Amino acid sequence: MKHQLLRIFGGIAALLSAGIATADELNLRVGVTDISRQVYDLHMTIFLICVAIGVVVLGVLFWSVFAHRKSKGVEPATFHESTKLELAWTIVPTLILIVMAIPATQVLVAMYDTGGEDMSIEVRGYQWKWQYKYLDDDYNNTLSFFSVMSTPRDEIYNQSAKAENYLLEVDEYLRIPTNRKVRFLITAEDVIHAWWVPDFGIKRDAVPGMLNELWTIVEEPGIYRGQCTELCGKDHGFMPIVLEVMPEAEFDAWYASRVTSESVRQESIADALTHEELMAQGEAVYGTYCASCHLANGEGVAPVFPAIAGSAVAQGPRDDHLSLVINGVAGTAMQAFGKQLDSAQLASVVHYQRNAFGNDVGDMSQPQDVINLSNGQ
Amino acid sequence: MSEVIHADHHDDHAHGPAKGLKRWLFTTNHKDIGTLYLWFSFAMFLIGGVLALVIRAELFQPGLQFVQPEFFNQMTTNHGLIMVFGAIMPAFVGLANWLVPMQVGAPDMALPRMNNLSFWILPFAFGMMISTLFMEGGGPNFGWTFYAPLSTTYAPPSVTYFIFAVHLMGASSIMGSINIIATILNMRAPGMTLMKMPMFVWTWLITAYLLIAVMPVLAGAVTMMLFDIHFNTSFFNAAGGGDPVMFQHILWFFGHPEVYIMILPAFGIVSHIIPAFARKRLFGYTSMVYAVASIAFLSFIVWAHHMFTVGMPLAGQLFFMYSTMLIAVPTGVKVFNWISTMWRGSMTFETPMLFAIAFVVLFTMGGFSGLMLAITPVDYQYHDTYFVVAHFHYVLVPGALFSIIAAVYFWFPKWTGKMYDETLGKIHFWLSFVGVNVTFFPQHFSGLAGMPRRIPDYPLQFADFNMISSVGAFIFGLSQVFFLYVIIKSIRSGAPAADRSWEGAKGLEWTLPSPAPYHSFTHPPVVKDEEVLG
Ligand code: HEC
Ligand SMILES: [Cu+2]
Repeated sequence: MKHQLLRIFGGIAALLSAGIATADELNLRVGVTDISRQVYDLHMTIFLICVAIGVVVLGVLFWSVFAHRKSKGVEPATFHESTKLELAWTIVPTLILIVMAIPATQVLVAMYDTGGEDMSIEVRGYQWKWQYKYLDDDYNNTLSFFSVMSTPRDEIYNQSAKAENYLLEVDEYLRIPTNRKVRFLITAEDVIHAWWVPDFGIKRDAVPGMLNELWTIVEEPGIYRGQCTELCGKDHGFMPIVLEVMPEAEFDAWYASRVTSESVRQESIADALTHEELMAQGEAVYGTYCASCHLANGEGVAPVFPAIAGSAVAQGPRDDHLSLVINGVAGTAMQAFGKQLDSAQLASVVHYQRNAFGNDVGDMSQPQDVINLSNGQ
Repeated sequence: MSEVIHADHHDDHAHGPAKGLKRWLFTTNHKDIGTLYLWFSFAMFLIGGVLALVIRAELFQPGLQFVQPEFFNQMTTNHGLIMVFGAIMPAFVGLANWLVPMQVGAPDMALPRMNNLSFWILPFAFGMMISTLFMEGGGPNFGWTFYAPLSTTYAPPSVTYFIFAVHLMGASSIMGSINIIATILNMRAPGMTLMKMPMFVWTWLITAYLLIAVMPVLAGAVTMMLFDIHFNTSFFNAAGGGDPVMFQHILWFFGHPEVYIMILPAFGIVSHIIPAFARKRLFGYTSMVYAVASIAFLSFIVWAHHMFTVGMPLAGQLFFMYSTMLIAVPTGVKVFNWISTMWRGSMTFETPMLFAIAFVVLFTMGGFSGLMLAITPVDYQYHDTYFVVAHFHYVLVPGALFSIIAAVYFWFPKWTGKMYDETLGKIHFWLSFVGVNVTFFPQHFSGLAGMPRRIPDYPLQFADFNMISSVGAFIFGLSQVFFLYVIIKSIRSGAPAADRSWEGAKGLEWTLPSPAPYHSFTHPPVVKDEEVLG
């Protein structure tokens, strides 16, 4: 009887651990970096030690439940203490903990091996998007962009079929090269967010006013996805992180062309636009940057996020509207978009707000107006 | 004159409960107040449960079906706050009110009027907090841990009501704790030395000290929030030179002991029930007491394990990892002692025993996931995912909550003089047991697979686990409504209970008649070793 039970417990334990170790959707990801593999191994070590202890301890408990029953006529024993036993089960667990602490410390120390990076990227969390800036003196740190979730509303509200990467797709990926040590400097603009790429085994909080450091070296090209993991308000569930790891040469080519196209765009930024161009660009900017709070229909979410439809600001003097959007409203969720958008985007989104949702001001806002306003300040 | 004295005297003897509503409003009787606490916490438990079911209904499938993200965040936040401060904590205070005086042989709590006040604050505190859900802009939506600046600069206007509600809860807890400490230290029957006190009394004594130590810290945190919001200070506002991370340090300096506040009395309860149904004395009483004391001490030096990802220096990470791992030692001692108590006992498996055994098994599992979370480098992967949600629900639901349910079944005959229906009790147990595991076990997997917590919608690969979890949650929720039915039915028509309602039950409370008279131990009882030591 005793033997049989032991065999059964052993069998279950083996099955469980084997099953859990192989079925990857049931377990932590092994990931694609040296660190993530070390983390995975550590996870499995600790997990299996826990399973082993659990099988023994709960095995004893269940044995007792089966064997020491009144219905079997067992008379209760009278022992109620044993210093030896108490010492044993204080000392043995302590030793096991030391065995666990050694590899844990090693992996942690390896993770803290910062410095010697080949490139640095600033990661900045906003409600509810990420901004990535390539820190590169050669280009005056000019390459910076936002990465916003691109899963359409229809999919979220079950009006159309959900795509494979539902909630994990963004308008522009963060791109990094293989085999180079990339340092991420993580911070936030408004509330606390957390930047996590499970396949790299790295996660760090993005805290306003603080710069946190992470690094990674990825060997395998591919697309890797994660999510914000610190509650950051309404759309916390909708700010994914997507990275494309490119072979080194490919990355260098992409980077050069991305920097060039950015500077070309900067040169023509002040060009005047037609009403139609402004409305088209404005609608796109609004959908990406404003609709999460003011809603796609401009109705807002009273009383926290005011409506744009019928708003006194959106129907009042143009320059007041422009400067509110450029400077934000301190102490509220309304950010200073002058730091996020360029003058063409700012002009067009303001133009759009003044001429959509039933607002019908009819005036024009041009990139040059934004530049003048900014310079005048 | 003599007539007056006579009348007084007479009054004294016939002094039973007042009639009607006044009895409950003005009562200073520990049993009445215990009852009030228990019913209050049960009501909160049902409300918190409904919020949980809103969450689970929304998460049943990917996509947004029932609620909007801003409302979803209010549900998770208020579910947490109500369950922690409204259900679990008041339930333990209710049990302490009922049991501590009877177990130490005292006539009542040391400070009966304050006892009344500490209860009656609570309905107002929770009334205020729940009313925020109906205010413009909604209620608290920043998680039960209310990290700044999401809970300050970016909070809905109702946050001020939340802050005052927390202040009221804190005042209530501190008063309750002072009362419990004063009762235990001053009112024990002659002969009941500290090392002869029942485990429930021991665990509550230590819990009460923890509460007095940390509730003021919580009050400090919310007061700083209040100032940041209304008086333009910048405690937690980086733009003004403040530090959002400091908020987390303060919150968790309160929060980690708080976690043990919710589990130590559970340890006490289980240490009564297992010996009673194993018909064998508690194994290792002395080491049990020391284990509780060391857990309480350690609870003050592990707080930052909740914040491994905020970006602490390596030395800090290592310190908090090691200290957290150490907690496994005294916790292990407790589990080993319970199992040794069962070992070679003569066990029967009435409902309280079933809940107590489930407590030991499932709490141990929660302990293992806790140990895994303590390992900093892997915690980076688990942190703020459903793995954490699974972990703390395993220690709070089949942990704290099961112990409370076990206590209700165990002492029910003493409180009411009636026996509950054993078959219904067992059905309740099995439904709860299945429900809890179906709900929370799959969450380990969704967490490992990478699902963040506190999201109203999720990528498709997490769909299966969430569906199972939601089914379990509804089973569990309905089985607690069934619990209400079992209790009401048993109060109405349970069979009369014996004074010592369980064959193996030991302790002064079992020497009293069932139901326990309105005033018990007006004369101190004789404390016999074989009674108090079991
Ligand atoms: C994170 C949420 C959020 C986002 C995103 C956001 N806003 Fe706002 N917005 C607010 C809040 C909050 C206010 C109210 C500020 C106050 O209290 O005065 C506001 C106010 C405004 C107002 C004034 C409305 C009125 O009638 O008072 C305008 C105009 C405006 N925002 C434009 C924009 C534009 C343009 C964008 C996108 C480029 C945008 N907002 C994106 C939160 C947001
Ligand atoms: Cu975020």
